[in-house]
Amino acid sequence: MGCTRPERKWPAPCFNGITSTTLLRRVPFVGKEDKMDYLLTDEQKMIKELAHKIAEDKIRPAAAKYDISEEYPWDVLKIMAESDMFGLFIPEEYGGFANSVMNLCLATEEFSRACGGIAVCYAASALGTFPIVLFGNDEQKKKYLPDLAKGKKVAAFAITEPEAGSDASGIKTTAKKEGDYYILNGLKHFITNGGDAETYVVIAMTNKEKGARGASAFIVEKGTPGFTFGKKEDKFGIRASSTRELIFTDCKIPAKNLLAKEGMGFIVTMRTFDMSRPGVAAQALGIAQGALELAVKYVKERVQFGKSISSFQGIQWMIADMATEVEAARGLVYSTARMVDAGCKDVSKESAMAKMYASDVAMKVTVDALQLFGGYGYMKDYPIEKYVRDAKITQIYEGTNQVQRGIIALQIIKELAK
Amino acid sequence: MNIVVCIKQVPETTEVRINPETNTLMREGVKSIINPFDMYAIEEAVRLKERFGGKVSVVTMGPPQADSALREAISMGADEGFLVCDRAFAGSDTWATSYTLAGAIKKIGGFDLIICGKQASDGDTAQVGPGISTHLNIPQVTYVKKIEEATDKVMKVERMLEEGFEIIETPLPALLTVVKEINEPRIPSLRGLMKAKSAKVTVLTQKELQLDPQQIGLCGSPTQVVKIFTPTPRVGGQMLTGEVPDIAKQLVDLVKDEVN
Repeated sequence: MGCTRPERKWPAPCFNGITSTTLLRRVPFVGKEDKMDYLLTDEQKMIKELAHKIAEDKIRPAAAKYDISEEYPWDVLKIMAESDMFGLFIPEEYGGFANSVMNLCLATEEFSRACGGIAVCYAASALGTFPIVLFGNDEQKKKYLPDLAKGKKVAAFAITEPEAGSDASGIKTTAKKEGDYYILNGLKHFITNGGDAETYVVIAMTNKEKGARGASAFIVEKGTPGFTFGKKEDKFGIRASSTRELIFTDCKIPAKNLLAKEGMGFIVTMRTFDMSRPGVAAQALGIAQGALELAVKYVKERVQFGKSISSFQGIQWMIADMATEVEAARGLVYSTARMVDAGCKDVSKESAMAKMYASDVAMKVTVDALQLFGGYGYMKDYPIEKYVRDAKITQIYEGTNQVQRGIIALQIIKELAK
Repeated sequence: MNIVVCIKQVPETTEVRINPETNTLMREGVKSIINPFDMYAIEEAVRLKERFGGKVSVVTMGPPQADSALREAISMGADEGFLVCDRAFAGSDTWATSYTLAGAIKKIGGFDLIICGKQASDGDTAQVGPGISTHLNIPQVTYVKKIEEATDKVMKVERMLEEGFEIIETPLPALLTVVKEINEPRIPSLRGLMKAKSAKVTVLTQKELQLDPQQIGLCGSPTQVVKIFTPTPRVGGQMLTGEVPDIAKQLVDLVKDEVN
């Protein structure tokens, strides 16, 4: 015996009339110190605050030193590791927190505000970790992910070769199967974390005739006989990070180090980039935000014609444009990261948009920030010129922005032709 | 080694404003942080725990919002937090505060060592740490800059002085107050922050502690605040201009005015 609802006809919902409540506006709770609320969860706020603290206390004071010395910033990475930052993009069952691109973006953005170079050492480890998270079998995940999650080891991803950048079909490194082993031969270059990372994911051809579809992905450990490093590149920016050649000479690796299946190398790469491009976008976003903050602080202090130059409209309009563009980039980066985390299948277009837009904004905003510093900005005594140098790479790596535009255009044309 | 750390939540700024009518601190709009000197106490306790095992209990006396200070200490590696909180304790001076904290530490029990920061950044008295050791009748070593050796029974420490330092051996249990030279406090881990968020903080009130009502709160405080004020900033001087004889005359006139 239950209470049954009497039969009656309910009026149709009316969203404009008074018979139904209407949500006019949702006002998010904004904390005292939050200028803008990005609808972050408590855990995400915690990550952002912790990364902010690491950036301000440990990264910013070390930024100039590593920019000059080009040493790998092990001491800073150790602090990030002790604070669990390397576990942000690795699933819980393998010693991380969650496989979350949003987490990675929040941390990378904060680190990059202080130093784009140190931040990329961190983000490049995520790039090298994603293929194992996405395509590793249980045995491979158990073997490699816990150490990467704790930051005991750093990872790197190697696809680029002297004649194969964005064109993966031009890869010349080969992997030939011999019994229970693959024999790797060839050269990778411009590999971020190259030489300093312990765990590498390397793309090599297992069947040259098939072009891009003949590429396969392998996990290669540092110290494997036949695996050596070439020269360390002397770079324009992100100088705290290391970039080296990887040289494979009859390098024998166990066949069980193959990720996914033979011929999946291109898919592994594309899916990895879908995950990692929001990270590069977050790096660009952080560099732009950091430069904007420095510029605003400077124009408030700088006095010309008896006034703070922040009182001049020409300066104000530049600041307004810079801040708006940074905010627009942030919106795109966060929404893309959330799409990836929500499990959206095809995020190539959005990932490309976020990477392309945020890095273009970073370039423009850092150049404008330097302009606001005037002559002082051009001097190495001031921190702003480093932001210009660090920003430039974000338009280039993980696919140049021209390649990103190609991805976006093709996808849009395909979608709209349906 | 079981260690108790006493901490205080203080306003972040060094320029505390005072309400001229009530003579109390105006805390509105000022972020609260753990007294910076107490951060070194927490770090040293966690390091000792990592070396010798045992646990670290953090104690603070304050309003309910001091809960967040205890949680921050837990995120750095402390095991449990105790908030000594009761209206009956309000208005305590350093005597009543150290008496109350000593009572809370007795209640928690089983400690080998108590560590405090050398002083709080708001009151700057440096009296509460030594006060606690006096109420508990245990030895105290103030301004410790290094723990040289430690066992369950005895500890050898370096005590900072203005010119040089002393090396002191003390039996345990004892109370140390530490200076910033002793260590570099760690940045908490994400796991620590998550643990701290859900950690249980025990509230201790007068009902649990059953302290002598004559020695707690405002009426248990022998210190009387007669007046509290912000020193008026020095205003810029007056520039005298003109030829030297003119200036001399002006100056003499001004001094005369001042005297009269």
